[in-house]
Amino acid sequence: MTYSFFDLMRSRWSLVYFGFYFLLGMVLLFLNNDVSKAVITMMNIIVVLTPLIGTIFGVMYYYNSKEFTELLLAQPLRRSTIFLGQYFGLALSLAGSLVFGLGIPFAIYGIVGSGALVSFILLLAVGALLTFIFVALAYNIGLSNDNKIKGFGLAILLWLFLAVIYDGMFLISLVMFDDYPIDKFSLIASMLNPIDLSRILIILELDISVLLGYTGAVFQKFFGTSFGMLASFGLLLIWCAAPVALIVHKAKRKDF
Amino acid sequence: MLRAILILFLLPMVCLGKTINVCSSCQFISIQKAISVADSGDLVLVKAGTYAEHDITIDRPISLKAEGDVVIDGEKKSYIIKVESDHVSISGFKLKNVGISFTKDFAAIYLHKVEHFLIEDCTLEAVYFGMLIEKSSHGMIRNNTVSSEGTEEVTSGNGIHLWHCDNVQVDGNHLFHLRDGVYFEFVKESTVTNNLSENNFRYGLHFMFSNNDVYTDNTFRDNGAGVAVMFSKFIEMKRNTFIKNWGSASYGLLLKEIYDAEIINNEFIENTIAINVEGSTRVNYKHNTLKANGWAVKIAGACYANVFEENNFSSNAFDVSYNSKINDNRFSGNYWSEYTGYDLDKDGTGDVPYRPVKLFSYVVNRTPETIVLLRSLFVDIINFSEKVSPVFTPDELVDNAPKMKLIP
Amino acid sequence: MISVETLHKSFGKLTVLDGLDLSIDEGGIFVILGPNGSGKTTLIKSILGMVVPDKGNIAIDGKPVLKEWQYRGNIDYLPQIANFPSNLTVAELLKLVKQLRDRPTRDQELIELFGLEPFLEKKLGHLSGGTKQKVNIVLTFMFNSDLIILDEPTSGLDPIALLHLKELILKEKEAGKTVLITTHIMSFVEEMADEIVFLLDGKIYFKGTVNELQQKTEQQDLEHAIAQILKTEHV
Repeated sequence: MTYSFFDLMRSRWSLVYFGFYFLLGMVLLFLNNDVSKAVITMMNIIVVLTPLIGTIFGVMYYYNSKEFTELLLAQPLRRSTIFLGQYFGLALSLAGSLVFGLGIPFAIYGIVGSGALVSFILLLAVGALLTFIFVALAYNIGLSNDNKIKGFGLAILLWLFLAVIYDGMFLISLVMFDDYPIDKFSLIASMLNPIDLSRILIILELDISVLLGYTGAVFQKFFGTSFGMLASFGLLLIWCAAPVALIVHKAKRKDF
Repeated sequence: MLRAILILFLLPMVCLGKTINVCSSCQFISIQKAISVADSGDLVLVKAGTYAEHDITIDRPISLKAEGDVVIDGEKKSYIIKVESDHVSISGFKLKNVGISFTKDFAAIYLHKVEHFLIEDCTLEAVYFGMLIEKSSHGMIRNNTVSSEGTEEVTSGNGIHLWHCDNVQVDGNHLFHLRDGVYFEFVKESTVTNNLSENNFRYGLHFMFSNNDVYTDNTFRDNGAGVAVMFSKFIEMKRNTFIKNWGSASYGLLLKEIYDAEIINNEFIENTIAINVEGSTRVNYKHNTLKANGWAVKIAGACYANVFEENNFSSNAFDVSYNSKINDNRFSGNYWSEYTGYDLDKDGTGDVPYRPVKLFSYVVNRTPETIVLLRSLFVDIINFSEKVSPVFTPDELVDNAPKMKLIP
Repeated sequence: MISVETLHKSFGKLTVLDGLDLSIDEGGIFVILGPNGSGKTTLIKSILGMVVPDKGNIAIDGKPVLKEWQYRGNIDYLPQIANFPSNLTVAELLKLVKQLRDRPTRDQELIELFGLEPFLEKKLGHLSGGTKQKVNIVLTFMFNSDLIILDEPTSGLDPIALLHLKELILKEKEAGKTVLITTHIMSFVEEMADEIVFLLDGKIYFKGTVNELQQKTEQQDLEHAIAQILKTEHV
């Protein structure tokens, strides 16, 4: 764990990542001159980009450190320690880059005290959680595929599916079956995809006014009360924990 | 001008008459008794205390004034004060517990066929209707607080209810927990200014069949359905704030069958629908700020020759939503926070037109559940493709001169 | 020292270890031989817990080791391919691995022996294959464990380094340690091995000294002896 964190902090990539977010934050603020609008633009970026970067870094890091992992495996260390260490090292440094990279420009610009502070913190928290989720998913892909190319392909596909294709199928099925009561379905379907889940968590904060426009009782209950916020957050945490548990499970059974 | 005339009318009444005191140790212990002996122009001065009276009828031109904390408790029986004479002023009372009936519109203060009235600095609590004013004119209602204990729309009345009136001013009142904060039906040439109307079950302000009225500088907050202006002509709406009117059928401002109105310098913040327009013609929207609403402008059916100029559309989920492909309204020179064009000649106006109607708003109109996909990448993609080649949205609906920066 | 009972392992349809039994006594140099794919590395990795066997038991000093991890504190392992995180310097890597085991090390002595001082502050990604292998050797030997497992230790080494390595191994043997080696270099085997374990098709085909093997196959040198085994087996 210390090792991975150390290694990654030194790595040029995590600096590049930090720099990227830093620049992004600066540019957004410069172009918008409006913190709350920048927050909305950022939401699109965070919901799409953090999973992508988490996935790619995740598989890349897994395959790159494979030999070193083998070296560690011969040391008196628990397997779960090794993999969780790597996982948390990577996820923490990525999440750190995100939080500081975006946090610093916004802090300079004066997010504290502006009305968008809560949304901004929520945004960073969701970004960090998404990083944790997708690094974990990527690690699972790595652990299940010794073939690097296949692993990479699957990881990208996973991202593409969850970020775009899932929503496309979701939207089409909603429009096709709109004669049926579909409000429950639509809520459940959005809970099953961590990207959708985080998006909803953020729009609950940013666009609550529009979500309340729909009449369905299920929606009213979900969006109209703090229940929605708590439920999505809880589910997001489960989405975090489940792949990590799977990492431990897989790591115990894998041959090297 | 109106105010000056009013003062001219009222001054003589206060100055010239005699004063009749009402208190527990005075000659009169009943307000009604004191009124019945008063002559025109007298002042009935009620001293601090609680008076359990209802149906107090003012049938002659007098001033009824409270000195100190005067509470008139209607004991939920009927009206509290009925005014049947011109030139009456009522000020400083606390009226509470109006009767509740499903057949009669009991009110704390009821005016019928009177002119030149003044109601000021009164606190009306636990009312059914606050002030019910019928067929009256040239009046002033100012700095009152009206609230009810009703728990739902059907068991509550309106705060200030005007029916068939003209030349009435409603200024600086605070209205809450009512059905409608202010209700105008067949009211002409009247003004509603500087009021705060909040947490009402239905509308903060409600206009029906009322022409040539003005409402300015009011704040409407957290009302069941915002402000409704229906079947009216020549209404001026300026410098009002519409904020957080949330709910499934809720909007900041509802316009229905409105002709020739001016909507200028208003602020719409965090409403489910900021402006909902049905069948309105020749309405000018200028210098309004629409920020963080679900739908900034939702246009449904038969709206012609409306003009949207120099408004700020900031961070709304949907800027403009249309349910038809026909457009006869003009958008020009507005600021749109979602505008992504450029300004090469640096004149402050974007060089590429902006299309304020998104494809997704159509999808949501059709299948409301799809709202959970708001701001998803896939939705952005379909919006983008629609923007490039419009199929579902009116292709002439564009702002050809979108502003690059927020209009101050 | 090490006892392996009925060890089974297959990767998919491919059976690599098929009921392998082996016991290795304490002290001495044991060389595991066998054609490619005979299960040498799998056997070693099973002992190290890197491969999870399908069936069977492994015990070291009488204690079962499957699913355990503390026992690895007394094993030194030299992996076949030495590939380290390229962002770390040699010194950092050494420090890091040292942190993992709380015991005295002799890395300084080994660094001098293999002449690694000039590379200490270099990043691992910038080192040549041979230098990496030297670092690998330093990492392996610095802990002074009782059991030393070397998987193809000679690859990429220059003659001087090879010489040092041999000396090192012999010294360990003298110190009464058990050394387990896989290799394909027969001269190395002849020179070093106290005992040979010959794996074939996931089983022990032969276990004994070099001389015994030569007698059994009636061949004069080891290379031919091995070839003889493979021939007779596959005809």
